[in-house]
Amino acid sequence: MSATVDALIRGPSPAVTPYVHWQDRLAQGLLLICCLVLCVFLLAPLATILVKSVQDKSGAFVGLLQFREYFATPALRSSIWNTMWVATVVTVITVPLAFFYAYALTRSCMPGKMWFRVIALTPILAPSMMSAISFVQWFGTQGALKWLLGDTSVYGPLGIILSSIYSTFPHALMIVLTALLLADGRLYEAAESLRTPRWRKFLTITLPGAQFGLVSATMVVFSYTVSDFGIPKVIGGNFNVLALDVFKQVIGQHNFNKGAVVGLILLVPVVLAFLVDWYMQGRIQAQFSARAVPFAPKKAPWFDRTMLLYCALVALFLLAVLGMAIYTSFIKFWPYDKSLSLRHYTFGLIDGGVITSFFNSLRMAVAVAVFGTMFIFGVAYLLEKTRGMPILKSVVRLLAAIPMAVPGMVLGLGYILFFIEPSNPLNPLYGTLSILVLSTIVHYYTSSHLTAVTALKALDNEFEAVSSSLKVPFYKTFFRVTVPVCLPAILDIGRYLFVNAMVTISAVVFLYGPQTQLASVAILNMDDAGEIGPAAAMATLIFAASTICCLVYAVVTRFIITRTQQWRAPPAL
Amino acid sequence: MSFVARHWVLGLRGDDDIDVHGNPPRVTEESTYLNLDGIHKSFGKFEALRDIALAVRRGELMVFLGPSGCGKTTLLRIVAGLETQDGGAIVQDGRDISRLPAIKRDYGIVFQSYALFPNLTIRDNVAYGLVNRRQGRERIAARVKELLTLVGLPDSGDKYPGQMSGGQQQRIALARALAAAPGLLLLDEPLSALDAIERVRLRGEIRALQQRLGVTTIMVTHDQEEALSMADRIVVMNAGRIEQVGTPREIYGAPATPFVADFVGKINVLPAVAEGGGRFRVGTLSLDVVCRDIATGTAVKLYLRPEEIAVNANGAAPGNSLAATVAHIEFLGAFCMIGIALDAAGTPALVANVPRQTVDAAKLATGQAVTVSLPPTALRVLG
Repeated sequence: MSATVDALIRGPSPAVTPYVHWQDRLAQGLLLICCLVLCVFLLAPLATILVKSVQDKSGAFVGLLQFREYFATPALRSSIWNTMWVATVVTVITVPLAFFYAYALTRSCMPGKMWFRVIALTPILAPSMMSAISFVQWFGTQGALKWLLGDTSVYGPLGIILSSIYSTFPHALMIVLTALLLADGRLYEAAESLRTPRWRKFLTITLPGAQFGLVSATMVVFSYTVSDFGIPKVIGGNFNVLALDVFKQVIGQHNFNKGAVVGLILLVPVVLAFLVDWYMQGRIQAQFSARAVPFAPKKAPWFDRTMLLYCALVALFLLAVLGMAIYTSFIKFWPYDKSLSLRHYTFGLIDGGVITSFFNSLRMAVAVAVFGTMFIFGVAYLLEKTRGMPILKSVVRLLAAIPMAVPGMVLGLGYILFFIEPSNPLNPLYGTLSILVLSTIVHYYTSSHLTAVTALKALDNEFEAVSSSLKVPFYKTFFRVTVPVCLPAILDIGRYLFVNAMVTISAVVFLYGPQTQLASVAILNMDDAGEIGPAAAMATLIFAASTICCLVYAVVTRFIITRTQQWRAPPAL
Repeated sequence: MSFVARHWVLGLRGDDDIDVHGNPPRVTEESTYLNLDGIHKSFGKFEALRDIALAVRRGELMVFLGPSGCGKTTLLRIVAGLETQDGGAIVQDGRDISRLPAIKRDYGIVFQSYALFPNLTIRDNVAYGLVNRRQGRERIAARVKELLTLVGLPDSGDKYPGQMSGGQQQRIALARALAAAPGLLLLDEPLSALDAIERVRLRGEIRALQQRLGVTTIMVTHDQEEALSMADRIVVMNAGRIEQVGTPREIYGAPATPFVADFVGKINVLPAVAEGGGRFRVGTLSLDVVCRDIATGTAVKLYLRPEEIAVNANGAAPGNSLAATVAHIEFLGAFCMIGIALDAAGTPALVANVPRQTVDAAKLATGQAVTVSLPPTALRVLG
């Protein structure tokens, strides 16, 4: 072993710098490009808001002067308070509502669970303005049930709260449902053997098990309500909220700098909610063991009947909102001529030329789904499955998490401030479909990213090591193994992006051009002009498109799982 | 040996293994296939490997054995190019591969998790690395068939990994790793995910296959029985260092350090003080030990395997015969584990392994007075 002797004479050998294969270089280069893209289309717009908020209209630095002006204006100050209390009320009502609905779905043996689940998720498929339109039809000046409210007007906090409960319900439900489904059946069996009554099992097992889900749902509902702009625009009346203030400052008064100030104030509660949630999720990991046994409920007639009654009432509420909007789109002239007709579609949308905005939305949603899925899954792959560049990876991970903490209004504001600058080489993007696609991908980045990461983490970590030992380039394994195995998750991301691109309003309301008006924007404009019938018709079209997308997704996924993914079959013994 | 190792296959080797330096292959020791020299590696402040030097002979099966966190897997991954060492050199078959990326090295690897591609058939899995070498389709098909036969699953080509048992999947993973006839086979805890029966069966198969093909192999395991039964030589590792390198018999019979003695097999430990002339004081006893001279008064430990202790109810036993009492008897099937309390004061409790027939014949029972002998040639003196 003369080499050892050599080593002793030479002293410690110098650090080893490995040759980096061109394939590793390729992967690292791609990740670097993706990081730059995220910097330009996420960080730069947000940074522009910060800069604008401390400048006056002429671009001179004025420090915190605009913030002082803002807080000196009572009307603007009151919208902070309005936003907070409305969001709090919505959260306090929606989260328990969703929790007991999820409790019924997971812990009872009531019939029709599948239908209750489907009905509960329908609000996601329509733009938030649809519920506001519906509540106007139910309780507005000429509302069908106006007498129920007495002297109270639905235009204002009441309408906002009702519509927001409707719109946030499915988001809260999905989170709480996931938490309840994770429960370990063995705990319930142990409690059963100790003759624990149901209420005690609920307090000692169910509730603690779902606490992280509840926190998460609380934060999501709160953020959603604070950020949403469509609902207060349609049903808010003179009731001012922050999201509306941003819109008014930017579109109404063309005061970008004041808009930036309001945008930053709007950012605060959402970022706080995001941080609380992030912190809690970090602690969740240890809670569930991999060996948990799924819980299977047992029949209990009285309990099941109570739960069925509860779910039926909630489902009735949801269907009433959805149904009223669809109904409105099909009748001649509310409330005087309630005969059915297609005139809102033919006369209101097609003859008025507004229908092009629906096709714009479709084109945008397809582009968002296709390019967004490719980009997001690609980045997640490079993060999870390639070697090296640990610092760059941490940066990209952070960038991927940021969009969740940024309300759409703020993101859209950042885009308009950043891209409207004539000196910006990317300025020609302004007003094009491309910028709508880009902003929407960024807006919904985080959830999609997490889906992709979860799917990739479920793959064997050594696929890449095996490939390189077999001298197969990483991109070949990516296309031959990684993508096919992750196909269900990839389709899931595509569907998520498509549906959200169809219904989104907040970011795009600042960014559309004369040729690129979107369906959701058209709803706002028609509602503004009092054309509630065509507005409802457009909302119904969006709802239909989203529903078709989900159905196609369900069929394709089933096809894939049964046909092309035979390998998911259980082992033949 | 070299000829056999290289030509047991159809000769599907790629020609992409060029020395990056463009140097002619370095002449190493005749029988050395893989030489590690001064390898060290840290993760942050944690020193995973310190100055590892090791020579793996051509055609042998070498096992890295040690507790979890001892650095054995890190060392294997460094050999594979999946981790980069902080310092040190690796020479494989005369070629310096220290700085080569994994894809440029010459090895096949099998992981604990099988890592079979779930969406590809068994045939496509085994052919995965062959397709890339632009071989003719028929040639690949023939090679896949040959490999599947080799691992005893000739008819499984159309199945998917999910349809096979763990042991079958690991056989396929082995076939895939061997497909391109690599010069080196790396096995990373290949049997740890299998159930006990399958594990024993597969370890025999892997060993037979490895000997038949003569492929140089490194296996990582924390299971000492696996290591003893399969290895040509064992490297016992602890805390990032090599404790001992030797054949299974050397490792078991002549452990070089207290760690090796403790880690491999069961062993009795007797704290002792050297009295000179091969005699050691244990409590109030004085024992004979055949060993090198140790200065009088040195505190040492005596090590003795449980099966070396003779337990005799009648009192006539050779060498270091001592009066003792049976403290307890644990029945373990083929043999019994007998707890022994020596009558002399200040002595530790001992454990002896005695064949079941002997226990029955002597009618040993708890509380019985017996004579035990601790053979002077079997006692080992370590620090």
